[in-house]
Amino acid sequence: MSQSYNRGLVEDFGRWREFSAGMWAWIFHKFTGWVLIGYLFTHIAVLSTALQGDAAYTNTIVALESLAVVRLLEVGLLAVAVFHILNGLRLLLVDLGVGLDSQDKSFYASLVLTGAIVVASVPTFISGVF
Amino acid sequence: MSTQVPEQQAEETEAEQSAQAHEQTPQQKRQDKKRERQEDAAKRLQEEEQRREMDADDTYHLKVFRFDPEVAAKQEPRFDDFYVPFEKGMTVLDALMYARDHYDSSLTFRHSCRQAVCGSDALFVNGSQRLGCQTQLSDLEEPVRIEPLPHQDVVKDLVVDMEHFYEQMHSVQPYFDPEETPEGEQRQSKENHEKIKMSTRCIWCAACMSSCNIAAGDNEYLGPAAINKAYRFAMDEREGENRMQERMEIVEQNHGVWRCQTQFSCTNVCPKDIPLTEHIQELKREAVKRNLKFW
Repeated sequence: MSQSYNRGLVEDFGRWREFSAGMWAWIFHKFTGWVLIGYLFTHIAVLSTALQGDAAYTNTIVALESLAVVRLLEVGLLAVAVFHILNGLRLLLVDLGVGLDSQDKSFYASLVLTGAIVVASVPTFISGVF
Repeated sequence: MSTQVPEQQAEETEAEQSAQAHEQTPQQKRQDKKRERQEDAAKRLQEEEQRREMDADDTYHLKVFRFDPEVAAKQEPRFDDFYVPFEKGMTVLDALMYARDHYDSSLTFRHSCRQAVCGSDALFVNGSQRLGCQTQLSDLEEPVRIEPLPHQDVVKDLVVDMEHFYEQMHSVQPYFDPEETPEGEQRQSKENHEKIKMSTRCIWCAACMSSCNIAAGDNEYLGPAAINKAYRFAMDEREGENRMQERMEIVEQNHGVWRCQTQFSCTNVCPKDIPLTEHIQELKREAVKRNLKFW
């Protein structure tokens, strides 16, 4: 009779070195999706506590933007959002059955494009805090 | 590669010779010399074999998963090392058969046709689901790690329990079943055959099911192979519209096509190069077309 037992890391994330492009795309898409949901709630929470008046709103924004951490997080947020958008487009194509043979290439393309956009955005986001 | 181990013939002749008396007749001299030559040849053969096995360039290092619930020493899963002499064109299955025939006859694995038709020897080789008979050793990095298919219960060594996989396959009614039986042959149009051609190549090896991590998490998910089977018959125009509707109802249920997250793992590992994800996606679109109404 067959028996099951713990086969260790064979059956879970311990195999990450052997993941293929499609698998990484899925993991990154899930991850960035959760980050965006987390950001959405933070966004609403921060802005809704700064609604007492014009001055309070400006003060909150200026105070946040003067923090280097916030600037860095903004770069991260951009990276996450851009990847999620680009991979979302890729998934749209996959759902429509277009170019399924080059799904791995479109994943790498979305990674490279994300990287390029993020690098290009760094001067804008970081200027003035360091 | 034969499954038979070549017999050593030197022993017989030796026994024959010792029965002879010590007198040195010409015949005996000849026999002595003959025996010496035979011993020499046998020795050289043995040395040759040893040298081949020792020579790292000509041997492949296999790490093979071992487990047997019925043997006390093997109840704890472990990896055994085998050093198999390499021959040009040797496959993973050839190496396993060599290891079984020469080193450990208890090494257990399924195989039958040895030409990627029967689908018996899907294994987890160096972290990927592959057919042993279709995978060249020379394409693999050493040591070659050979494990049973993940996400399936192991019966013994490399043999996994296929029962669940077969149940999923049967649940999509994998047989041609037209609404009306016409007289004579049921011809299929060339275009329709082209459409389902790739999906008919499935050999039920379960590599895709094992690679799918949705199937791993959801035991009721039909899995790529079963959905591909459903595609093969749903898209066959000879079955008729009502039958297609019935088939669509099977695949669009809760644990059907919608569970697929397009990770492309199944498509990557399929030994018959079936575009599984493409077929699943096409069934999804078909299901949407049938259910979405704007009036």
